[in-house]
Amino acid sequence: MSFDIALWLVQDGVTNGAIYALLALAMLLVFAVTRVIFVPQGEFISYAALSLALLQAGRLPGVVYVLVGGGLVAAALDIALALREKAPARLPRIVALYVLVPCVMAALAWWAAPRSVGLPLQVLIVLGLVVPLGPILYRVAYQPLASASVLVLFIISMAAHYALTGLGLVFFGGEGLRSEAFSDARFKLAVLDITAQSLWVVGASFVLMFALRLFFEKTFYGKALRATAVNRIGARLVGIPAELSGSLSFLLAAFIGAVSGILISPITTIYYDTGFLIGLKGFVGAIVGGMGSYPLAVAGSIGIGLLEAFSSFWASAFKETIVFTIIIPVLLWRSLRSRHIEDEEE
Amino acid sequence: MNALLEVDDLRVYYGKVEGLHRASLRVPEGSIVTVIGPNGAGKTTLLGAIMGLLPSAGSARYAGADLAGTKTEARVGLGLSLVPERRELFGEMSVEDNLRLGAFHRFRKRGVDLESELTAIYARFPRLEERRAQLAATLSGGERQMLALGRALMARPRLLLLDEPSLGLAPRIVRDIFRIITELKKTGVSILLVEQNARAALQVADYGYVLETGEIVLEGEAAGLASNPRVIETYLGLAGKVIAT
Ligand SMILES: Nc1ncnc2c1ncn2[C@@H]1O[C@H](COP(=O)(O)OP(=O)(O)O)[C@@H](O)[C@H]1O
Ligand SMILES: [Mg+2]
Repeated sequence: MSFDIALWLVQDGVTNGAIYALLALAMLLVFAVTRVIFVPQGEFISYAALSLALLQAGRLPGVVYVLVGGGLVAAALDIALALREKAPARLPRIVALYVLVPCVMAALAWWAAPRSVGLPLQVLIVLGLVVPLGPILYRVAYQPLASASVLVLFIISMAAHYALTGLGLVFFGGEGLRSEAFSDARFKLAVLDITAQSLWVVGASFVLMFALRLFFEKTFYGKALRATAVNRIGARLVGIPAELSGSLSFLLAAFIGAVSGILISPITTIYYDTGFLIGLKGFVGAIVGGMGSYPLAVAGSIGIGLLEAFSSFWASAFKETIVFTIIIPVLLWRSLRSRHIEDEEE
Repeated sequence: MNALLEVDDLRVYYGKVEGLHRASLRVPEGSIVTVIGPNGAGKTTLLGAIMGLLPSAGSARYAGADLAGTKTEARVGLGLSLVPERRELFGEMSVEDNLRLGAFHRFRKRGVDLESELTAIYARFPRLEERRAQLAATLSGGERQMLALGRALMARPRLLLLDEPSLGLAPRIVRDIFRIITELKKTGVSILLVEQNARAALQVADYGYVLETGEIVLEGEAAGLASNPRVIETYLGLAGKVIAT
């Protein structure tokens, strides 16, 4: 292997690794706050990537039906709960969040699809369509069983993953799509030929990680979320509602998933089920990082990206095998060395 | 007039094991009521049920309204605040963040001045101000108890539930804690104090209950209980004296 090829593989590995790192962070966040292993993360990637490609092709993304439908189910559940708890004051807020927001976003997408509104607005519309699905998913699938064991929550995650993949097939179809590159620029750096898209991916990932850090360290709600992750009982005792933390962590995870999908859509052809594999690699990164440490998870994810790039060069048929097999020695080593992630409480 | 907290026939089960067997008690507004009893009597269970952390049967009424179906987080909003036996601090966060988060439910309703509130807490607990930037997990036992109390006070409780605030603390700090409890009463906070340190608890309390194996076996004015032969023999004997000095 020549030096040029090695550098090119590093660029490829770091680009993908940055995405895996974002996904790993979302995975850790959701797990720490809600004890949910966020398997459906991948669907947010697919949904966002496909929606962007469809908008650019002048078609209405089918995700609008998932959004409006899911919003109605979530609203129905919340309205029933509010009536049972005799708290009608909550109704306007429920309707605004779960019915109005999805409908407005769907209308916006419907308006924008046949026009060429430009990339920035398209990206915002895609975020508006996909991100609210996070809290909706939490409300519908997880909140009713929020205090169940990690295993039960994991089973819910698998079900949610299959349901969302199925909906993806119905509403996006089986065809693979790729969106237009954000920019065609290329930069020559010594022997390295860096594409603008790689810079976009790595740059946006690190900006987002930095923004997340600020959110958790500087804002009151960020601190409340961290408090829930640190001590769930303590959080309840100061009046932080578990549903609020859960909803917020899913909102952030959905945002991260959607941004990842938007970033990779010009690099990779995305099918309705492609996101799952990408999300799984973020998960492997999180595990390499011990499912608890954010910096280690970022390092682990970049390592996964590099491993994947180099193994696709040397043994492309075994690329995925190598990436997922790495989990076994890592887990063995961890289970011998460090504390276990246990099923806390009850 | 009705009491601020009225608990009637409260029962709690851990699976098939009964943790609390038909407990009834009253906390009148503005008073300190203590529940004393040995380890395993059900004191923590009682407070957990009042706070909604544990499912229970029977009734608990607060300020005239039934608490059934009200979640813990909402009870905090109503003015109940628990300082748990295990403190449940946010260990990997700073002392000041712990305190600020104590005011979470009021922050959500807007219009609260957390800074002046923090100043007031620091005036009461100067040690916490010295350690404001330190992580809660690095505090000593006494400081952790102060922080747990301070965090609960940031919620501006009307009824403060204290679970063994003197547990595992040096005698000097125990005295500080009980002094603060009496000071809090003067500011109008009602207090339900659970203790194994019966002597100190009966000194600060207006009324007391004795809980044994999940049942209230004795109750009365605190002074009367302190001179009850049975209480003296079981709770104020030599062991009690050593703790209280
Ligand atoms: N999580 C639990 N599971 C099963 N039994 C419990 C649990 N917590 C407490 N108990 C039992 O309930 C009884 C009361 O415990 P507790 O309320 O902690 O007593 P205290 O606070 O007075 O020491 C004890 O017999 C204890 O063993
Ligand atoms: Mg106890």
